[in-house]
Amino acid sequence: MSSVLILFAHPALEKSRTNRLLLEACRSVEGVTVNDLYEEYPDFDIDVDREQQLLLDHDYILLHHPFYWYSSPAIVKQWEDLVLEHGWAYGREGKALVGKKILNVLTTGGRHEAYEEGGYNRFTMQQFLAPFDQTAYLCKMIYLPPFVVHGTHRLSEPEMRRYASQYKSLLTMLTTDQIDLEDAKTRRYLNELLVD
Amino acid sequence: MNQSVLIQAIVYLASGVFFVPIAKRLGLGSVLGYLIAGVMIGPAVLGLVGEEGHDIMHFAEFGVIIMLFLVGLELEPERLWKLRMPVLGLGGLQVLLTALLTCGLALTTGLPWQPSLALGMILAMSSTAIVLQTLNEKGLMQTAAGQNTFAVLLFQDIAVIPILAIMPLLATYPLPISATEHEHVAFIDGLPGWLRPIVVVSAVVGLVLMGRYVMQPVFRIIARTGMREVFIATALLMVAGISVLMEMVGLSPALGAFVAGVVLANSEYKHELESDIDPFKGLLLGLFFISVGAAINFELIAENPLLVVGIVLAVMVAKALVLAVLGKVFRLKTDQNLLFSLGLCQVGEFAFVLFSFASQNGILAKETVDLMTAVVAISMGLTPLVFLANERLLLPRLGTKEVAEKEQDTIDEKNAVIVAGFGRYGNIVGRFLRANNIGTTVLDFDSDRVDTLRKLGMKVYYGDASRYDLLKSAGAEDAKLMIIALDSAEKSLELVETVKKHFPHLKVLVRASDREDTYDLMDAGLTHIYRETVDSSLRMGVDAMTLLGFRAYQSQRAARLFLKHDEKALAGLAAVRHDRKQYFSSARQRIRELEDLLSSDEKDRWLKDVEDGWDPESLRNEFKQQNL
Repeated sequence: MSSVLILFAHPALEKSRTNRLLLEACRSVEGVTVNDLYEEYPDFDIDVDREQQLLLDHDYILLHHPFYWYSSPAIVKQWEDLVLEHGWAYGREGKALVGKKILNVLTTGGRHEAYEEGGYNRFTMQQFLAPFDQTAYLCKMIYLPPFVVHGTHRLSEPEMRRYASQYKSLLTMLTTDQIDLEDAKTRRYLNELLVD
Repeated sequence: MNQSVLIQAIVYLASGVFFVPIAKRLGLGSVLGYLIAGVMIGPAVLGLVGEEGHDIMHFAEFGVIIMLFLVGLELEPERLWKLRMPVLGLGGLQVLLTALLTCGLALTTGLPWQPSLALGMILAMSSTAIVLQTLNEKGLMQTAAGQNTFAVLLFQDIAVIPILAIMPLLATYPLPISATEHEHVAFIDGLPGWLRPIVVVSAVVGLVLMGRYVMQPVFRIIARTGMREVFIATALLMVAGISVLMEMVGLSPALGAFVAGVVLANSEYKHELESDIDPFKGLLLGLFFISVGAAINFELIAENPLLVVGIVLAVMVAKALVLAVLGKVFRLKTDQNLLFSLGLCQVGEFAFVLFSFASQNGILAKETVDLMTAVVAISMGLTPLVFLANERLLLPRLGTKEVAEKEQDTIDEKNAVIVAGFGRYGNIVGRFLRANNIGTTVLDFDSDRVDTLRKLGMKVYYGDASRYDLLKSAGAEDAKLMIIALDSAEKSLELVETVKKHFPHLKVLVRASDREDTYDLMDAGLTHIYRETVDSSLRMGVDAMTLLGFRAYQSQRAARLFLKHDEKALAGLAAVRHDRKQYFSSARQRIRELEDLLSSDEKDRWLKDVEDGWDPESLRNEFKQQNL
């Protein structure tokens, strides 16, 4: 039994149907903690002690956010800057997060094809996510491929619900240790592990 | 009211008002201005005042008493203790040596030794009034010369007591019949000899105890009433009371006032007392100088011009020489020594008192007294000129002029921030800054609060923050920020004016209670204006939104944007406010403004801004069109 921490960040959740559904889905899974950053810290004053304790208490860290400008909303960066302290998360003495698993859970307006080489956005998701990958590496964490919901601008209601249930399956898989990490690492998206 | 009193007042005031600014403008200093005014209205020129001038001089001596009270206030006991060497050593030697030298000079003119000694002692005195006033005006009190000058003057004040005691022993002339009714009928004279020292000592001890344990609580109670004139009256009453008490036991009233000042120097009302009494001191001293000017007997001078001038010069040169030698012994630098010795070389106002005492007790002949009174008055009149000559002719050649040190007496820490008003608003700002180790000096007008805060170890000063002198002593010259958190809008505006006029380098942050005040403060040119209710009202609004289920971040952003919008709207209304004033009563105006504000809330684009950045709607449409 593993525990999952979802660091959720959306500055205007009231505008995002997809993310509302995704968030709803994960709340019902046992062993999952949702930490809604914009709701917790509307003034961006991150409580570092609280956040570090949350990280220590969980095995999987999921950075769940819309893929704004090929990255995260501002508060995720603020969170990284403040919480992943030198001497705690990284550096010679920084061993607090060693061995923990981390991944991004993303929603993008553009479709999957747009994130191919030669596609509309010219780079792949893996390339765009390199900073997260390296951050995890520096903290001696295991960086897993992302779970991505592409094309949210054109998703229909049933499609969104399908993604929500996939997300729920993924979380169940993680909490019940049914994931083969070595296999997972070879995938482009974790979505591939989930069959409807 | 007696008609002639008013007319006299007009004569004195008008002469001062006319001549002092001229003297000041010419760089002669106010003391010389008053003296000239006195000469002009005196018997020599216009003859507007006659014999009653002497009464006025006695009355105006109260100014000297107040001045010494103020000098005492400036001197905390620890500093006085540090001055003990100059006071006793320098002061003592000055009085002793000058008395002996002038006594010797008198002997050479053929006077018997008794009147010579009396003259010597009298001429050893210098003019506290003129010298301190001039040094203060020139900002030289804190220099080495200023401090030593003060020490000498202080000793002279003390020395008056033994001199008065010795003088009767020197009587050689038959007593005039009226001798018994001289003004210093001290109650102590009726006491047996062994009791006198006890009474004197207990009077002084009583004075110190009164100052410490009675006057402080009394001032606190009076201050609590919030009536400034009663506070001033109390202060004056105290000084007058001390004078009478001191006279009763045969001590110098000025000395008593000085002691009372020292006792109160550590009190939280120090600055308030200073600024409240100061105008009275100024006026009375002015009156005193005018009467000195008026008292100069020009007829006598005209009869023996050479004799008078000769004595004046002899006395002043003799005094200056003694002082210069002592200054050298006490290691004053040359420039400081010049200031010290030339500054104190006149004969002081105590001489007038001592002369009348001497003639009434048959110590000096009437002719001598008349002649010497003229000499004293002339020497006093020459003092500002001597200062001037020293400053303009002698000191520039030295080129080592010592720069006046910073006033040590002022609030010792150099805090970057001055908080005016530590009430329900200011205390939050002040505590916040203190918690972040930002030095704050607090000024407050509520004596209870001042008490409490001082007990908590804070530097808090009692007084009206809009007063220049209080601001100055609170270190406004070195501070960076002035935080005005006063309850009263008028006081805030007054303070803003004072700061703009005297301390333009200070950045001002000001609390405003409502929109009306905000407009006034905007008109005064301020940009950092904080309406006291806006932020907490908006925070309440944010919580209301959040409790209704809005996202916390959305509510917060909405509040911040609303504040910006509101401030913009306010600035817009401030611009048209003056035109509108003509048409609406203020109540109508407020309603009209509320209407304007409410309608601007709707029209404005600000509300859309809250979410525009993350609104995918337009993007969604474009995606659909381009089929990306």
